[in-house]
Amino acid sequence: MYETTYHRAESVENAVALLGGADDPKILSGGQTLLPTMKQRLAAPSDLIDVSRIADMHGICEDGNAISIGAATTHAEVAGSDLVKARIPGLAKLAGGIGDPAVRHMGTLGGSIANNDPAADYPSALVALNATISTTKRKLSAEEFFTGMFETALDEDEIVLSVSFPVAEKSAYAKYPNPASRYAMAGVFVARHGDGTVRVAVTGAGQNGVFRSAEMEAALAANFTPEAVAGISVDADGLLSDIHGSNAYRANLVTVMAKRAVAAAG
Amino acid sequence: MAHVSMSVNGKKVSGQVEDRTLLVNFIRETRNLTGTHVGCDTSQCGACVVHVNGKAVKSCTLLAVQADGADVVTIEGLANGANLHPVQAAFREHHGLQCGFCTPGMIMSAVDMINRYGPGNLDEKTIRHELEGNICRCTGYQNIVKAIKAASDEMAGMQQAAE
Amino acid sequence: MGVEGIGARARRKEDKRFITGKGKYTDDMTVPGMGYAAFVRSPHAHAKIVSIDASAALDMPGVDAVLTGEQLVGDGIGNLICGWMIHSKDGSPMNMGAWRALEPEIVRHVGQAVAVVVADTAAQAKDAAEAVMVEYEELDAVIDPVAALEEGAPQLHPEAPNNLIYDWEIGHEAAANAAFDSAAHVTTMEIHNNRLAPNPMEPRAALAVYDTAEEHYTLYTTSQNPHVARLVLSAFYNVAPEHKLRVIAPDVGGGFGSKIYIYPEEMVCLWASKRVGRPVKWVCDRTEAFLTDAHGRDHRSVAEMALDADHNITGLRVKTVANLGAYMSLFSSSVPTYLYATLLSGQYNIPAIHANVKAVYTNTVPVDAYRGAGRPEATYLLERMMETAAREIGMDPAEFRRKNFIRSFPHQTPVIMCYDAGDYDTTLDAAMKAIDYAGFPARKAEAASRGKLRGIGFSCYIEACGIAPSAAVGSLGAGVGLWESAEVRVNPVGTIEVLTGSHSHGQGHETTFAQLISERFGLDMDAVSIVHGDTDKVQFGMGTYGSRSGAVGMSAIVKALDKVEAKAKKIAAHLMEAAEGDIQIEGGELKVAGTDKKLSFTEVALAAYTAHNLPEGMEPGLKEGAFYDPTNFTFPAGTYICEVEVDPETGKTEIIDFVAADDFGKIINPMIVEGQVHGGLTQGIGQALLENATYDDSGQLITASYMDYCMPRADDLPAQFQLSTHETLCPGNPLGMKGCGEAGAIGSPPAVINAITDAIENNALDMPATPEKVWQLCRAQMKMAAE
Repeated sequence: MYETTYHRAESVENAVALLGGADDPKILSGGQTLLPTMKQRLAAPSDLIDVSRIADMHGICEDGNAISIGAATTHAEVAGSDLVKARIPGLAKLAGGIGDPAVRHMGTLGGSIANNDPAADYPSALVALNATISTTKRKLSAEEFFTGMFETALDEDEIVLSVSFPVAEKSAYAKYPNPASRYAMAGVFVARHGDGTVRVAVTGAGQNGVFRSAEMEAALAANFTPEAVAGISVDADGLLSDIHGSNAYRANLVTVMAKRAVAAAG
Repeated sequence: MAHVSMSVNGKKVSGQVEDRTLLVNFIRETRNLTGTHVGCDTSQCGACVVHVNGKAVKSCTLLAVQADGADVVTIEGLANGANLHPVQAAFREHHGLQCGFCTPGMIMSAVDMINRYGPGNLDEKTIRHELEGNICRCTGYQNIVKAIKAASDEMAGMQQAAE
Repeated sequence: MGVEGIGARARRKEDKRFITGKGKYTDDMTVPGMGYAAFVRSPHAHAKIVSIDASAALDMPGVDAVLTGEQLVGDGIGNLICGWMIHSKDGSPMNMGAWRALEPEIVRHVGQAVAVVVADTAAQAKDAAEAVMVEYEELDAVIDPVAALEEGAPQLHPEAPNNLIYDWEIGHEAAANAAFDSAAHVTTMEIHNNRLAPNPMEPRAALAVYDTAEEHYTLYTTSQNPHVARLVLSAFYNVAPEHKLRVIAPDVGGGFGSKIYIYPEEMVCLWASKRVGRPVKWVCDRTEAFLTDAHGRDHRSVAEMALDADHNITGLRVKTVANLGAYMSLFSSSVPTYLYATLLSGQYNIPAIHANVKAVYTNTVPVDAYRGAGRPEATYLLERMMETAAREIGMDPAEFRRKNFIRSFPHQTPVIMCYDAGDYDTTLDAAMKAIDYAGFPARKAEAASRGKLRGIGFSCYIEACGIAPSAAVGSLGAGVGLWESAEVRVNPVGTIEVLTGSHSHGQGHETTFAQLISERFGLDMDAVSIVHGDTDKVQFGMGTYGSRSGAVGMSAIVKALDKVEAKAKKIAAHLMEAAEGDIQIEGGELKVAGTDKKLSFTEVALAAYTAHNLPEGMEPGLKEGAFYDPTNFTFPAGTYICEVEVDPETGKTEIIDFVAADDFGKIINPMIVEGQVHGGLTQGIGQALLENATYDDSGQLITASYMDYCMPRADDLPAQFQLSTHETLCPGNPLGMKGCGEAGAIGSPPAVINAITDAIENNALDMPATPEKVWQLCRAQMKMAAE
């Protein structure tokens, strides 16, 4: 790891000020992706601004027909939350499958989505559940937020504060993990909303990060059963290809995981 | 450089560290607690697992400064004097270790697992799934899984006896 | 702990320090004033070094020195060597290119060290290593071993034209050809054995200390054989004479072969400790380990098996290209030859065998022994051939094997080995019973009802352990003798220290070795300690690999114990005025048979040291040493059966059941033996399903971390391995032991692949059977079925 300067932000305002005053800063939340990247010398931020102890950025609460989760809330907290388990069980299950137990004790919702790793789990839930992201500057829809592989709509001096997840009628997540890293090779989050619309969001497979399958959504809106998506395949062009799986294999996994997510959603 | 102070195995410790110093290096080099090991660079092997504020974390993926003010327990702090923690004893009884290098992280993860599920509530499949973040190259995990199950059940028995 | 004899499931003496965090591994050692080394490594697979500019690095904080290959060579440090001479079939010696610990001219694999930085802290050393400016002129690289042999391929070493290290053969070509000429059926397969990274959880490390006054070096290092390391460092690398070099291998966190070899980094630390004038420590990180630890396997073979009309095997022909990487590591040459092709007869009567092996240089990290070393490659090849031949002739795979089993011993194979003892029917029967072979069709049908493809696969393996006798390995080209030594020191108070040349890095020697003494003298396990891993304490030893610590290392202890027992009996007889032949040892006492006269072991030990009343002419003291050189290799064997379910939608394989029936000869501690089998099976299953060290065409290692190299995890494995053992004693050593350390890794890969190919009814599968590969084959199979 290159040398860096650590700052502990006491408040959101303090964090924004520190961010503005540094040369090439990075927000440090759980650090479960950032620190390994820095250890490999693949990232060299001049300053780290630790937001993990800002009380305002923690917590899970009900907000009308939505669940609002602070950006510094850990995956373990989301997975273990009775509220999330009761209202959006697919989301709790997703959070409980990120990384491993020790990673889930540190890693946070905000850190995950701000990094927007194409193999991260959370982006699929945000898109499928049509979540709203609150930052220090504005509110964004999930689809506005995720703009490409490792890219988001966030400005350099903007920090994610919380995410509001509308409660879906049914939701589930099915992931096929990369056998080595255990990141998603294909993760599909399926949500049926109260208005009858269905969203299907895919992570792990797309070259540009999370994406939706309009064809699957339409089929499921008409008939919310695994069979409805069994015959639908996403276009392999535009999917990732690596030693663990070609784009054709990933395309197959998307269909299979979509089927299994629908089955799990019941 | 940053000043850090924390409790390690119940003792208040403090020191000056580079900001980039990882918790594992602080524990090993400053405190000479060398039971916590480093087996990879990508936060996957789990040889470095310690408890921070009661939760298992990978001490290779946490800066020492992030743990400022925290309560840290390492493998050296697990036994109660000469009395081994039931998980430690079970690893020996069930031959859950060979070269011993992954063992401290395995044991710290196992204790955390039992704490989270509650003693007696672990089955073989769950234990295997929960060990996703701990890699062992010697044992084939078979006896590790057995040891954790046995410790979990024994701790349930101890809890019942105490009630 | 009490008395724990042979056969007891004694809990391990060494465990307490490991479960309490008090183990002492090399990285746990510190010396006042020590600096840290970081290596500057080649980013290219093949390149000329144009220049090295260390000026910026030398100006960085905490930096003591930047040393290069030019200085190393200038100081007279020798090249790294391969210690096993193989001759090609035309009689010419193998072609060995020069390997320097720091390369001054041409780098030949990604990660090769070209310079070292020594600094006050590890972080400073790494910062400075990055600031060393090396200018390279890239050369074409060759990664594939078959391509490396082709005309026009990039050439690695002038000493090895066409990148050919040797073109070696074994067996009788004419006899094999004759068998094929008259065959009723011939099975032919192309078989690849995938490349693996060993991955002991403790990465390599070294701490070198130079004492200027004594001109003496101490090296703490992660070694499976510290004495061999000292010998090689002294005799070949000219670092220091043996009496001025102490090598200590303290607790070592796994080896699996990869810590046998003397690597550039450890040697450079020693050299640098004198040159820089401070102790130097180096700890490998995991990516460095992937780039520099010797890899394993990597064979491309074509095999043919001839059968007569009655389904007897009549001949076997094998052609193998073995990738040895960019340099010849310490024992690399022996692995694809004498540790491989000598086992191609397996458990079967095969009257004629011919094998040809070409060993090849490529721009990849050196390849050497990894758990099993050659025997897994032989077993995988033969056992896939057996299963395939059985399917082709429509015979049950178990019955086909049984029909061809060797049943009379000793059995001379056509490929050097003479099997001394075995009972292959019994282990096959045991495995078939344990897995309920008869019930398989019903289980397959039930799985099909759930949409899963169920398959079953066999592997009847044999291997050769001990890597001895010395005269035999010497005649095959080994540069060292492969005996073992032991010294049994009885203290005046009756406690015992056993010094052994074997080295434990997870095998539990401190327990099993102590059981021998506990059994022999009826002493408490706590009264015995095992000393190993330090050249200042143990006079000499050959170390631990090839499952040799039991059959060879413990045999040396037994020989030393015989001498101690004889002397103790003499003393006791003298003291109790009895005949020596009447003295019996029981429960820690020496008794005169048929009387109530007795002395405790402690009393006899004390008498040996007070020496007030010893038999006429006897030397005082009670300490005996022995060297043991076996009369033959040992031949563990057994049957493994694997049952899998494949999910045709994803191609994922789940191992439902795995049965291992092994014959390891005499077993000292069944608990430890089971642990060895569990670990071996898991590494074999890892090879079959998950692991593959992969280079791209330019020579970059794609799988250089656990993000991409798939290590077996707890949830990749079945709920339980069903183990059993059958004991036919090895006649070649006093205890009848055969060895158990590698069998699991040797026998399991073909069982897994045979099960998968049975499930998906498609045999075109190479390891690792990744989900995508299996899915593709399932798809192809479904297409074929539809057409």
